[in-house]
Amino acid sequence: MAAEGKTIDALSQFELTPALGVLGAAVNFTQSNLHMLIAAAIILALMTWGMRPRAVVPGRLQSLAEASYEFIYRMVTDQVGEEGKRFFPFVFTLFMFILVGNMLGLLPYAFTFTSHIAVTFALAAIVFVLITVVALMIHGRKFFGYFFPEGAPVWLAPIIVPVEIVSYLSRPVSLSIRLFANMVAGHVMLKVFATFVVMLAGLGAVGPFLSVMPLALNVALVGFEVLVAFLQAYVFAILTCIYLHDAVHLH
Amino acid sequence: MGQQDGFDRRLRDARLRHGLEREQGRGQLPAGPWGVGFRAGVEVVSALMVGVGLGLLLDRWLGTWPWLFLVMFLVGSAAGVLNVYRLFNPRKRDRG
Repeated sequence: MAAEGKTIDALSQFELTPALGVLGAAVNFTQSNLHMLIAAAIILALMTWGMRPRAVVPGRLQSLAEASYEFIYRMVTDQVGEEGKRFFPFVFTLFMFILVGNMLGLLPYAFTFTSHIAVTFALAAIVFVLITVVALMIHGRKFFGYFFPEGAPVWLAPIIVPVEIVSYLSRPVSLSIRLFANMVAGHVMLKVFATFVVMLAGLGAVGPFLSVMPLALNVALVGFEVLVAFLQAYVFAILTCIYLHDAVHLH
Repeated sequence: MGQQDGFDRRLRDARLRHGLEREQGRGQLPAGPWGVGFRAGVEVVSALMVGVGLGLLLDRWLGTWPWLFLVMFLVGSAAGVLNVYRLFNPRKRDRG
């Protein structure tokens, strides 16, 4: 599939195709949307079934649910402070959606919806709108003082204010590019080395022995990708917390 | 003596749990050399993208091509440098 015509086709894995047959094609329901629904279903299932036993000594599923809950709860209270508890549902949803999406993409035949800038930018835009609205609601007009640090000479305002505004606007862009680039890079590398396996295997007698090398590398890469999948979800969530801290406390 | 230590520890834990004290130095961003380098690069590129995009939009709106584009390119670069600076020197957390 990947090695057709002796070329490396690493990008076709990101193409969108309609899912669910004729019905999906009619409403442009792609496999990306399907995987988002699957991710949401997995999170729901983990939370409902995992917490159903309500055991004092949790089982495997329950401790997974509790660990993820407490992990994000501590992150939010550490970063935003006690008043940040009301943002916990938002950050938890965001983190779980990205984490499950990243992990889902590592399964064979699955699609990584976080490898599309449209998806990651939509998520980052939600965060951006939220932090701006929260800052405006809590601080009102004082929010605009954010773009001009107190104590700076007034004649520098024409320089400082545009730079601060661009810096503020670049937050959702950097947030979305970071996640998107990491996921794309990882999947392209996996695909390229997987193609090497197939190509080298066709080199006659020594081929199969040579192709063990990219295969071994791919095994290591998959492990690395699991790490990246978690790390990027974590970075997205913690940056959201840091931005929320800025919005709540406004320096 | 041991009983008193235990009491202090439990008191601190309880105060932490109820938000009366803050524990410091937890939940920071991961800091490997590759991660930091990549993050700095992304910050610069995204600030440049926003600056250039804003400049182009304003130019199209006001018909001042290419002046606002050039100005906003510089502003975007400055914002990128500012982003990287903030990455290594976060704003003071205790104030406010």
